[in-house]
Amino acid sequence: MSERNIIEEYLRMDRIPHIWCPGCGLGTTVNCFIRALQQTKLPLDNISIVSGIGCTGRVAGYLKLNSFHTTHGRAIPFAIGLQLTNPKLKVVVYSGDGDLVSIGGNHFIQAARRNMDLAIICVNNFTYGMTGGQVAPTTPVDAVATTTPYGNFEEPFNLPHLADSVGAVYVARWTTYHVMQLTRAMKEVIQKKGFSFLEIISPCPTLYGRRNKIGDGLEMMKFYKENSEIRNGANTKDVAIGFKGPIICGKFVDKERPTFLENMNQKLSERIPNYKPYNGLV
Amino acid sequence: MKADSKGVLTGAHFIDGDYACGEGAIAAGCRFAAGYPITPSTEVVERIAARFPHCGGIFIQMEDELASSIAILGAVWGGAKAMTVTSGPGFSLMMEHIGLACMTETPVVFVDVQRGGPSTGLPTLPAQADMMQARWGSHGDYEIIALCPNSPQECFDLTIHAFNLSEQYRVPVMFMMDECVGHMTERVVIPPAEEINIYPRRYTTAKPGEYLPYLPDADLVPPIAKAGDSYNFHITGLTHNEKGYPVMNAECQEKCVRRLVDKIRLNADKIVKFEEEETEDCDVVVVSYGITSRVALWAIQKAKEKGIKVGNLRLITVWPFPEKRIKQIAEKVKAFVIPEINYGQVYFELERVVGGKAPVHLVPHGGGAVHNPEVIYQKILEAVK
Repeated sequence: MSERNIIEEYLRMDRIPHIWCPGCGLGTTVNCFIRALQQTKLPLDNISIVSGIGCTGRVAGYLKLNSFHTTHGRAIPFAIGLQLTNPKLKVVVYSGDGDLVSIGGNHFIQAARRNMDLAIICVNNFTYGMTGGQVAPTTPVDAVATTTPYGNFEEPFNLPHLADSVGAVYVARWTTYHVMQLTRAMKEVIQKKGFSFLEIISPCPTLYGRRNKIGDGLEMMKFYKENSEIRNGANTKDVAIGFKGPIICGKFVDKERPTFLENMNQKLSERIPNYKPYNGLV
Repeated sequence: MKADSKGVLTGAHFIDGDYACGEGAIAAGCRFAAGYPITPSTEVVERIAARFPHCGGIFIQMEDELASSIAILGAVWGGAKAMTVTSGPGFSLMMEHIGLACMTETPVVFVDVQRGGPSTGLPTLPAQADMMQARWGSHGDYEIIALCPNSPQECFDLTIHAFNLSEQYRVPVMFMMDECVGHMTERVVIPPAEEINIYPRRYTTAKPGEYLPYLPDADLVPPIAKAGDSYNFHITGLTHNEKGYPVMNAECQEKCVRRLVDKIRLNADKIVKFEEEETEDCDVVVVSYGITSRVALWAIQKAKEKGIKVGNLRLITVWPFPEKRIKQIAEKVKAFVIPEINYGQVYFELERVVGGKAPVHLVPHGGGAVHNPEVIYQKILEAVK
């Protein structure tokens, strides 16, 4: 008990224990994130975390970094304001599937289109956990949720394909079972310039696994182990997730595109004599 | 401190209220603006989009007003002075982040160039019907500051004042223009930068590890930090303690929200701004704001010519409401007349403050035009009977 976990110095220990349920995958994602941060050796003052609302939205409150817990769905536009004001910052948006692609869906696609320099970490548990397990735009067809008690009949988003098709420069998916790959992907998503998207399939045993007879946290991890297939470079069209179906993991996209600020400075330099390229306000 | 001369177009100009507002923001040090096109406010951001590349600022047209209204909060926490601009339908969408700005005490300016409503209403025609929305539109309890300019010159001057108030009290300031003031073109004199006073951001001087983001100074306003500083602070829209950490109970709610309300209410005397004429010895006082204050002048003049003693009280800050002064006037006057381009909004506040000491006569107007001043004149006659 006396030995300090090396991740503790990155956590607000005065806020622990956290609110997440036993078996939840969020703790694993935070653990991987901190290890990835350590590996990047970036000065921590230059990192800012922005979260929306929901279980994943609480990540910002546990990390001992300058961190912002914003409104539901609006983490990305907040992060845009922050990052454009101080482009030296690495701004990480760390939020859930409902927050980022349902209520925040428009912000997500527009920020990708503009190639905003943001790292987007989306923890996808296929449901709205904080409010008790309602259907989400990621819930697979046939899965039971409190608002689809007879099974979901809506086609869900294939998030890597969505991000890819609207211009993300980095797209990867891992599960919380793949801690080594996940940590590496987090490091990449932090270091990549431009709109970089990492989807993490993460268990919500309390409200998704149990209700859909996948089991508790451990059984959900076993499910990931047995049903994941690593296919780096896969066409994102082919990585949709069906109910209890295989989970295609890997790095799907890693390309270069000029960012919003690079494009802006380029255009203004062409049109305005003696234009001084914008490089932040602080 | 004084304004940065890089952003100040010193000299006499012939511009509309929207442009003047944009120039006021730039003079005030605003270098981040986000907006979404909406009539009759769009010219403000068009001006800013053209001017910012020449003075080091950045404008971004966001995908909607939800995004604009939170991008500016992100910008402030990054260290910028920031503003967004909209009109009624967009203002409705921004309510979410007016609440977040209040809760997180983010100094920021929201401009609403009012048009007829409800809903899409009258996009190109005036109203003053968002006054209560500015006050109460977001959920929960809070206090904001709202200013109402009545000329392009004031759109310039008071935009600077709006930024200064937002910094001094760490509160979102609502800049409540109307279509007439926004689209009216007049002479606007922009003074030299060294004559423009700027209230600097209240950055903390605490040592890292000792900073409490919500520990207030004596005036109930806490010093602020920004991303990139070494404070490892946490900011949340949840009810929070002095550390900025969420605490979900009634005691913390009382402490947190009470101060948000008190920092404005208890400083109201310092914030409130109005103009008055002949209110000391008169029978009736006309209370008005924005474009209506100019329309009312004709009626006041005509009544005076008929020998009626009329005072004029023009509200510049509508919120907080100049409660103390109105209570004093109510002790001596026979009646109040309040014209506004709505069916009674500030009227109810006036009636509450007057507290039955004198009758309060509303001169309503549904919007789409300004009042016929004759109607205001007739109401003055009725009020002194």
